Amino acid sequence: MAKWWIAVMLGLVCSVNASSREVPPAVADPAFEKRVTRLSEELRCLVCQNQTIADSNAELAVDLRNQVREQMRQGRSDDAIRHYMVERYGDFILYRPPVKASTALLWFGPLVLVVGGIGGLALYVRQRRRLALDDDTENTGFDDYDLPVAEPVPANHKEATRKP
Amino acid sequence: MKRTLIPAIIFAVIVVFLGVGLTLNPREVPSPLIGKPAPAFQLATLEAPEKSLGLRDMAGQAWVLNVFASWCAPCREEHPLLVDLAKKTSTPIFGLNYKDKQVDAERWLKQFGNPYRSVLVDRDGRAGIDYGVYGVPETFVIDKAGTVRYKKIGPLTPEVIEKKILPLLRELNG
Repeated sequence: MAKWWIAVMLGLVCSVNASSREVPPAVADPAFEKRVTRLSEELRCLVCQNQTIADSNAELAVDLRNQVREQMRQGRSDDAIRHYMVERYGDFILYRPPVKASTALLWFGPLVLVVGGIGGLALYVRQRRRLALDDDTENTGFDDYDLPVAEPVPANHKEATRKP
Repeated sequence: MKRTLIPAIIFAVIVVFLGVGLTLNPREVPSPLIGKPAPAFQLATLEAPEKSLGLRDMAGQAWVLNVFASWCAPCREEHPLLVDLAKKTSTPIFGLNYKDKQVDAERWLKQFGNPYRSVLVDRDGRAGIDYGVYGVPETFVIDKAGTVRYKKIGPLTPEVIEKKILPLLRELNG
């Protein structure tokens, strides 16, 4: 029981600590907070890399979130804040990287793979079909190869059923 | 023949890609700062809090900026190499004490040696953000014109110092 209480108290202390580091919203303005969250969700936390700065509690993420909030309060546009982040951390900070020469593979690679895959499959199927047709016309002995063979009826079968 | 050759080729291609992938470090994000002017700053120094240093004070010389903190374990690993580097080169090394406490930073330098010409204090991490710092320690080399020429994310190694930093400093000072 005592251990359980310690865990609860520790949890409380930690959560208070974590939230005290973040600048609290000055005004209860849901639209503003929504905008902060929306932009933060587009930015990658470079410490954890697979989390956005909106999700992460890493110290850098908290700092960057505060930057976003502060700059929005100063009236800067989303694009200006995005530009500010890219200037410092590179395109990597954007979850939606810009389309340019160095990211072309990232943007169009999957499309190339799909088109290539469908093309390859079409070629393969066509080739198989031609082979199958060739087999049919040339009668190479492969036809009927896997057809089920009718089982021979036992000679005495009819006799047996005919008996009264 | 063809039936075994095609899977073998596909396999070989995948092996090559995975092999290259193994040698890359996904944590090392290329810095957009390389080749660009170093971000401006004006920060108090650790040794004399009433005095401050700015980017303009560094003009006309090549210099090394090392971001460190007493709470950072890899920094401890790196520190002897910095002390050693300071003896090997006349290029000034400046420290950027990142999100640290004054007393902790002072104790750190007393305990492990002070390779820095001066230590800039970045208590709230603002200058760190301007320099794109996301994993302490980080080390920058900045040339006479104030352009960032090199950045190392994570602790320096003897290899990096010998093969990258010292040759670059010789080039910048020569």
